Amino acid sequence: MSKLYVMGIESTAHTFGCGIVSSNGEILSNLRSEYVPAAGGIHPREASQHHASKASATIRQALNDAGLGLDEISAVAISLGPGLGPCLRTGATVARAIALMIKKPLIPVNHCVAHIEIGRLATKEDDPLVAYVSGGNTIVSAYSDGRYRVFGETLDIALGNCLDVFARSLGLSHPGVPKLEALAEGGKSFIPLPYVVKGQDVSYSGLLTMATRKIPENDPRDLSMSLLEVAYGMLAEVVERALAHTEKPSLLLTGGVARSHRLQRILRAVCEEHSARFHVVPPDLAGDNGAMIAWTGYLALKEGVCVPVESSYIRQRWRLDEVEVPWRR
Amino acid sequence: MEKMTLIKKGAEAELYHMIWMGRESVLKRRIKKLYRNPDLDLYIRTTRTSLEAKLLSEARRLGVPTPIVYSLDLKNAEIIMSFISGPPLKKVIPNMDRKSLFETFSLIGSLVGKLHKGGIVHGDLTTSNMILKEDLLFLIDFGLGDHTFDLEARGVDIHLMRRALESSHHEISKFAYDGFISGYEGIMGEETKDVLRRVNEIRRRGRYVEGGR
Repeated sequence: MSKLYVMGIESTAHTFGCGIVSSNGEILSNLRSEYVPAAGGIHPREASQHHASKASATIRQALNDAGLGLDEISAVAISLGPGLGPCLRTGATVARAIALMIKKPLIPVNHCVAHIEIGRLATKEDDPLVAYVSGGNTIVSAYSDGRYRVFGETLDIALGNCLDVFARSLGLSHPGVPKLEALAEGGKSFIPLPYVVKGQDVSYSGLLTMATRKIPENDPRDLSMSLLEVAYGMLAEVVERALAHTEKPSLLLTGGVARSHRLQRILRAVCEEHSARFHVVPPDLAGDNGAMIAWTGYLALKEGVCVPVESSYIRQRWRLDEVEVPWRR
Repeated sequence: MEKMTLIKKGAEAELYHMIWMGRESVLKRRIKKLYRNPDLDLYIRTTRTSLEAKLLSEARRLGVPTPIVYSLDLKNAEIIMSFISGPPLKKVIPNMDRKSLFETFSLIGSLVGKLHKGGIVHGDLTTSNMILKEDLLFLIDFGLGDHTFDLEARGVDIHLMRRALESSHHEISKFAYDGFISGYEGIMGEETKDVLRRVNEIRRRGRYVEGGR
């Protein structure tokens, strides 16, 4: 069979991305344009306007970098959810238009599945337990019987969201997590904060509220250190429980917060205790990107998964464990 | 002290089999986590150990089979309790026919009902934390539990069990959950409706459930 090229479009939140992969797992290009709000968090409408204005140039550059023409693309994969409605609609509109124009299949991809699949591709780990942590998601998952099952997740806000909002409250600019970690290096005394693990799940909203309330009367270095230790410690605990429960041979850390060095160190220690291999997705594939959508799209295309343009609805709350992953059977 | 043999190294604790004062016992030791801040680590291990010892005894008084607590050492985060010989429910489920599955989960439902009615939530209702010994079902691992009559805590308790069923026993999860609810309702009666309404609310509140918000 001759080589296939799949284009992937990502636009679930602040990043508009376009990536192109080949059927043998090469990432030929991976372009992204990130919307950075002037103040505060993501404004969905502004983010979608950013995506609309950058889409054309990003896609053109991705094709250029890959050295391909549009006519050489075999399929267009689109991240249909979960994510912010206006952002998803912009990406979906672009992907539908390209698929119709080049008369090639449109492939629906779940954003969370894509974070897992790009991690599996990059680390060559076939069946890991997955910790997927980002600004929008905190999920501990493993494959079983046709789907990625959720063994633990946040009951409210995501880990990255908790850290980003706290960083902004301290006046740190985007991206907040590395600055927060640098600040925490100078932390000396531990300030008690709510450590909330419920069964296999975590809850970060109470932790964020309490840490924010404590800003006025505490040294920001101590507070940052304490917040990170509690937030990462909670995740480490549910990861450790899922490792013990599923007995998977390895752990894959993926998603935007996978770049955190402190979190990597903690989870590596957890793996050592359970004799599991530890892998982190490479930094350039950690955050939202088009290549992960393209690669997952290729895996789905092989199994004949595609969607007619007229029913390619976006799914803002599309759960990871609702998605069939026939390529893993 | 008698010879100790490691029976299980869990995520949080080590379990040793031993003879204590002539009784067949289990020593549960919550182990230090070097990856955790030492202050946080000490706090988590001691509060959970103390809570677990209390809840094990109180649950027993409510008519829920649990190990008997023999001795508590907070400084080392250790509990010595009676040994329950039997397989964890998780290992037995695959060999169960539908009738005994329904009956077992109905029994679990009634035990959880007794806890909730008596002001306790378990906090970690998974099939690894249930031991079958003849026709008794023992609940263990109360370290994430709490003293509360709160609707929210009860809802979370049941939500977590439903989720655990879906991830570990997805092929029977709906059926088992129905059995659970029938047993729970047998104890909690009218209150069940409110709890179940809260369970659904918690589920919708979670990240990305379609038909929510």
